Amino acid sequence: MIRDQEILDQLVAIVERFVRERLIPAEDEVAETNRVPEDIVAEMKELGLFGMTIPEQYGGLGLTMEEEVHVAMALGHTSPAFRSILGTNNGIGSAAVVFDGSDAQKQRFLPRYASGEWVGCFCLTEPDVGSDAAALKTTARREGDHYILNGTKRYITNGPVADTFNVMARTNPEIRGARGISAFIVEKGTPGISLGAIDKKMGQAGSLTCDVIFEDCPVPAVNLIGEEGEGFITAMKVLDRGRLHISAVSVGVADRLIGDALSYALNRQQFGKAIAEHQLIQAMLADSRTEAYAARCMVLETARARDRGDNVSTESSACKLFATEMVGRVADRAVQIHGGAGYVSDYAVERFYRDVRLFRLYEGTSQIQQLIIARNMIRDAS
Amino acid sequence: MKVLVAVKRVVDAYVKVRVKSDHSGVELANAKMAINPFCEIAVEEAIRLKEQGKAEEVIAVSIGTSASQEQIRTALALGADRGILVETDQEAQPLSVARILKAIVEKEGIDLVILGKQSIDTDNNQVGQMLGALTNMPQGTFACKAEPGDGTITVTREIDGGEQTVALKLPAIVTTDLRLNEPRYASLPNIMKAKKKPIDTVTPDALGVSMESRIRTLSVEPPPQRSAGIKVGSVDELIDKLKNEAKVI
Repeated sequence: MIRDQEILDQLVAIVERFVRERLIPAEDEVAETNRVPEDIVAEMKELGLFGMTIPEQYGGLGLTMEEEVHVAMALGHTSPAFRSILGTNNGIGSAAVVFDGSDAQKQRFLPRYASGEWVGCFCLTEPDVGSDAAALKTTARREGDHYILNGTKRYITNGPVADTFNVMARTNPEIRGARGISAFIVEKGTPGISLGAIDKKMGQAGSLTCDVIFEDCPVPAVNLIGEEGEGFITAMKVLDRGRLHISAVSVGVADRLIGDALSYALNRQQFGKAIAEHQLIQAMLADSRTEAYAARCMVLETARARDRGDNVSTESSACKLFATEMVGRVADRAVQIHGGAGYVSDYAVERFYRDVRLFRLYEGTSQIQQLIIARNMIRDAS
Repeated sequence: MKVLVAVKRVVDAYVKVRVKSDHSGVELANAKMAINPFCEIAVEEAIRLKEQGKAEEVIAVSIGTSASQEQIRTALALGADRGILVETDQEAQPLSVARILKAIVEKEGIDLVILGKQSIDTDNNQVGQMLGALTNMPQGTFACKAEPGDGTITVTREIDGGEQTVALKLPAIVTTDLRLNEPRYASLPNIMKAKKKPIDTVTPDALGVSMESRIRTLSVEPPPQRSAGIKVGSVDELIDKLKNEAKVI
């Protein structure tokens, strides 16, 4: 649902311009230094990019899903590291409080996420727990008006810079599955939190991840999100929304890669003409364009359906499965079109080729999306 | 102080324009449009005056079809207080634009008009000067610095070979050069809030201005393709070619 087309056009136009004038020129620096420069983060805060999905009454923009995916596609035109910095505040770092937080929690956290004063992160994955998230081992033991957290969370995006940690932990050790899990919001500075070394990743340099370790960490009971035992449901709602966002980013990155590949193909001369004139190159360009368009249509249609209130669990997973696999193929072809130049880091496609690999892994691997889609199909048929 | 800024809807500076096949102009169908960059500098300067407490109100005016409202909204998102759309389907040529601005200056009691020195579509660079002639207001064109004083404004102008500083009595006209300031990005919350700011729509007729065309475009041609250069073998050969072929020395 687009509440006002003219306003959305302006929002997208300003994001596109910011991406073109500020972010794209800084891509190489971010890749080399593994950090996004402070002044760029400050500009992103001033622009209001940290609060796009936070409701308006808490200082955000309250974008609808359809509006959000349009902005996410625009942000996709540059290194995913930039989006990652603000991604947790707009998505997995804040969504649990937006969906299931108490009024007091919303008042305390959401305005700070919206302004970017605080960065939130989402702590579900553990060393032994990835796709089978319901088996998580981190515990939260009730003692008086506190819960005592113990456990290790792994690959936590923005963990190194986070001010709050949205932690999923087992409050009832008797229940081994999802029903024993509760969600907490833990503030930085709480005793017993320590951070592991920053992970060395294949790509997405500048987006920092690390282990977050909780050792007898006392979390005030008022920081329980929703009811005890409902944390897993909250986490799944958070991820469900995130799937469409990641799909939209994948579409944006695909557009960027297609643009880079086309511009290279129009300039590179071989056999006496631009390689874009050669039909085998044209086939790769056409396939990429077609697949990116298909993913764009899927994302927009599903976003509209979600805004209408439809259950889009199957469709969101279908979007993430297709869009993230699509951008992998598009990146592969972009490197292929660049030839040897695509294998050296002078051209952005080499970096994007590594960056997009993550989209098929996080917030549910492609295989988990397949399981969700197929299980929903079977459930609906029986 | 009441400040008027004009914002023109032009093709986005990043769009590669193509000449229409009948050579009547450039192809604008589906082209991304934006606020003229020099006009954006004018808006920024006006907003800074307001932030410094030197201007009470900033009015943004645009002349064109209803689509020009988008550019007024951009100015409102940047910080202008209200907008005026002078709606017309006809081409806005410099003299008509200057006459419309004169009518608005008189109607609104404007103390300072800040205009882009030119628009990037037709590059006329005429409106500010024409408005000066029509209204007898002093003008500081090609401004790279503007400092309002008590009933005056001191403008530093970029001229051939250096800078010239002039003091103008208000009401006055300033046209902006590239180095006057660096326009900010409109923040996303301000873009949403701008929707609530008022835009009045008037017609040139209502302002007593005829949009009658005085200039006829005969033909629009793309810039000639640059031909390949050559390598010369020696300095002597280079001098010979510059002298006898290029005839530049």
